[in-house]
Amino acid sequence: MADEIATEDPSSTPTESLEKVVVRFAGDSGDGMQVAGSRFTDASALFGNDLATLPSFPAEIRAPAGTLPGVSSFQVQIADFDILTAGDAPDCLVAMNPAALMKNLKDLRQGGTLIVNTDAFEERNLTKAGYETNPLEDGSLDAYRTIKVPMDSLTKEAVKDTGVSGRSVLRSKNFFALGLLAWLFHRPTEPTIKWAEKKFAGKPEVVAANVEAFKAGYNFGITTEATKITFEVKPATLRPGTYTNVNGNTALAWGLIAASQLSGLPLFYGTYPITPASDILHELSRHKNFGVRTFQAEDEIAGVGTAIGAAFAGNLAVTGSSGPGIALKSESISLAFMTELPLIVINVQRGGPSTGLPTKPEQSDLLFSLYGRHGESPLPVIAASSPSNAFQMAIEAARIALKYMTPVMLLSDNYVANGSEPWLLPDIDSLEPMEVEFAQHPNGPDGVFLPYMRDVDTFARPWAKPGTPGLEHRIGGLEKEAISGNVSYDPNNHQLMTDTRAWKVANIANDIPELEVDGDKDADLLVLGWGSTFGTIRAAARRARLEGRKVATAHLHYINPLPKNLGDVLGSYDKILLPEMNTGQLLKVIRAEFLIDVVGLNKVAGEPFKVSEVTEKIMEMTK
Amino acid sequence: MTTPSYTRSDFQTDQEVRWCPGCGDYTILASVQQFLAGLGRAREEFVFISGIGCSSRFPYYMNTYGMHSIHGRAPAIATGVAATRPELSVWVITGDGDGLSIGGNHLIHALRRNVNIKILLFNNQIYGLTKGQYSPTSEPGKTTKSSPFGSIDYPFNPISLALGAEASFVARTLDMDRNHTQAILQAAYEHEGASFIEIYQNCNVFNDKAFIQVTGKEERVHNRIDLEHGKPIVFDGGAKAVVLRGGQATVVDSNSVDPSAILVHDETRPDPSVAFALSRISHGPYGPTPLGIFRNVNRPTYDEEFNDQVAKAKERSGEGDLGKLITSRGTWTVSEKSPNGSAGSNGSGGNGSGPSES
Ligand code: SF4
Repeated sequence: MADEIATEDPSSTPTESLEKVVVRFAGDSGDGMQVAGSRFTDASALFGNDLATLPSFPAEIRAPAGTLPGVSSFQVQIADFDILTAGDAPDCLVAMNPAALMKNLKDLRQGGTLIVNTDAFEERNLTKAGYETNPLEDGSLDAYRTIKVPMDSLTKEAVKDTGVSGRSVLRSKNFFALGLLAWLFHRPTEPTIKWAEKKFAGKPEVVAANVEAFKAGYNFGITTEATKITFEVKPATLRPGTYTNVNGNTALAWGLIAASQLSGLPLFYGTYPITPASDILHELSRHKNFGVRTFQAEDEIAGVGTAIGAAFAGNLAVTGSSGPGIALKSESISLAFMTELPLIVINVQRGGPSTGLPTKPEQSDLLFSLYGRHGESPLPVIAASSPSNAFQMAIEAARIALKYMTPVMLLSDNYVANGSEPWLLPDIDSLEPMEVEFAQHPNGPDGVFLPYMRDVDTFARPWAKPGTPGLEHRIGGLEKEAISGNVSYDPNNHQLMTDTRAWKVANIANDIPELEVDGDKDADLLVLGWGSTFGTIRAAARRARLEGRKVATAHLHYINPLPKNLGDVLGSYDKILLPEMNTGQLLKVIRAEFLIDVVGLNKVAGEPFKVSEVTEKIMEMTK
Repeated sequence: MTTPSYTRSDFQTDQEVRWCPGCGDYTILASVQQFLAGLGRAREEFVFISGIGCSSRFPYYMNTYGMHSIHGRAPAIATGVAATRPELSVWVITGDGDGLSIGGNHLIHALRRNVNIKILLFNNQIYGLTKGQYSPTSEPGKTTKSSPFGSIDYPFNPISLALGAEASFVARTLDMDRNHTQAILQAAYEHEGASFIEIYQNCNVFNDKAFIQVTGKEERVHNRIDLEHGKPIVFDGGAKAVVLRGGQATVVDSNSVDPSAILVHDETRPDPSVAFALSRISHGPYGPTPLGIFRNVNRPTYDEEFNDQVAKAKERSGEGDLGKLITSRGTWTVSEKSPNGSAGSNGSGGNGSGPSES
């Protein structure tokens, strides 16, 4: 079917070559913008561009059609060099209705390309979006290169012989838009058509409608010479290797599966659906042939409870949620800490407090992760810095949990979870296996098993699986006597056990990589970060360097314990900037630990930093 | 395989039992230990999980695998053990506060799923460990430390609750009747799926004689209704019988009805309505009260299906292959001589001073 699309543009539309371009699809949540964006992204990935994406969904599943709260969008930056973010401002905006235009136009670069679906600009929709006059007619779009397309009618026309009818007809208009963009940006058409054929296999009329709409959009570009110029972005010079495009939730799920294979332990995932963590459950539940067992619990507490049971039973046990769910799990995490069972707790952070902004990213659960438990209960806390990094950090979480017999908190956020980027695939055979040894024999005198007799190096207690003869033992939330594990109310023992548990976690600092500094050796400023701000910070530092500033960056993947060399690193810069999507949480930790006055750049606006925001601060601090 | 031969003491630990002297928990502990010893099943295959409360101390006294967890969560934790290790025998020890108040949600969902766990709910109708507040099974009007003017909470009927939660095995027994307890334990153990046993347990410190109507020498003669599968339900030395009237289980004088009208107990009835009707004969141990197995039916267990899905997936798609998984969403390859440049780019995270992004 693809050959019906002209591969060479027969029109004389000239082509401009760009290093990078930012495209945003915006429409009603029913308009299929996430699909359009992901298809554009995948086609670009397969074409060889570097890219990064930022989807934005309304919190409501179906807000009233045509309204501002109902607008859903998907932004992607594609480039011929290695980029780090989804871009600050779109160069091209697709607006499927007035509400989408109203909400997104302010972000479009001056002179950028605007594609509007004129059919949606009728009075009712204009009113719902808050327009008093029709922007298509009142000259307010003059600053942009506007392409007006009656997408509804053209889509209807294109799909009329495909067998879809009624309301289904207009479902294909996202493919029309996608086709037009494929033409405008010289994207390969094959991947999109193949995807539709696979996705809707068994519904030939839907495949036909989407493909026809896609072709119609593409051909619309050619035949109407929709714009005076088209654009191309050549493949990027990425490191040699095989790539896939991956989002953070998927990479994290795959990382857990990898950890299960590397440790030889069956994976158990106990959880309760919550935005934005549910996709980890969805992904894992598809892969039962890896021995993965997913358990959708009755609530968050049962999610972690079943995981604790699974850990006791000898599984690689994981629970996952977002802030509100982690709050509910808090008491149970303390139990896992007290019983010293290996457990991975994933927090895909979202805007808080309370229900907050479920679909928006924030880094505001850091202090909660570090300190949000009763009693003295320090946990290892690690954080993924990008979608693909989530794979590695999931493996790391498992390694630490299993080696040290402790719960580990793995932080992600909505930006990591739903953003995507090309991932240079690791060589599976080079991944380090994890050696897990279950206790097999009594470790005490007279054939007694001592469940709190610790390993001399790691201070981990032995892990004895139920079913092992001679190792019957009881654990629990009451304070344990050192070595024997019997209940103990002895004051000295409680002191000893509290210190031991803290020391065990602190000692992990000897087993994690030192913090690496990237950038100018003699920099005036160090920009420190953690979590999903990674790409933005590096991109901002690059930009500042182009302006002649000397900047170094360093990114923390380990927050408890902190890398051993962090104090030295911080000590070697006069000025330190710490951008965080919270009101200064890591900043508090750094000040408390090192008495260093770090400067915070803080944002809690439900959206990631723009590169320009961080750059501006760097410029200000390096004047 | 040789069958281990155990005595009760093989299931005892070296930990000093710390219940109040005279507490019903002692008798239950003895019954359970004796029952397990009699099974002849390897000790290491038993796991006891409890929550918080007097009864939840139980695992510390059982020489098996065990966990004394947190308040109300034992059914969830036990589910994690039982679902991933179906070859083990997993038991939950809970109480009326632990299982019906703070942990009510986990209890009903474990029953609904039919996970293969055996739940022993020690019902003493009071909060013991926190020293005497009314519980969700205390009778209305009960005066306690937290209800000096009488409790205004309407209590749960644990049997009705379990039946409503789709439990496949529901029974009631008494702490002091060790034979009855052990018979019920045996049936619960043999049942495949979740078993729920309410055990009337006397708290002699905060709620003494709460069950006197069914335990007292004089009283029990008139009030104890023993449910026996396949037999007409009669009690009080045959003077009283239970009949169904308009769907309701009603106590009548035996000689006032035709013997054929007397309800014959059938614990295997697929429909739980009659079992529910029986559970409503009394809303607490205050008059004629049925003891025994209310319901014992078979339906697929959660752990079986849980692991079956894994086995089937392996059959269908073969053992998972990580290399295939991470390339399953389409890949592209950048070669040393990639179209637009050479090897050795900075890669993401490099100290690029290349073009700047918007
Ligand atoms: S308070 Fe009551 S239930 Fe608790 S141990 Fe004492 S007698 Fe038994």
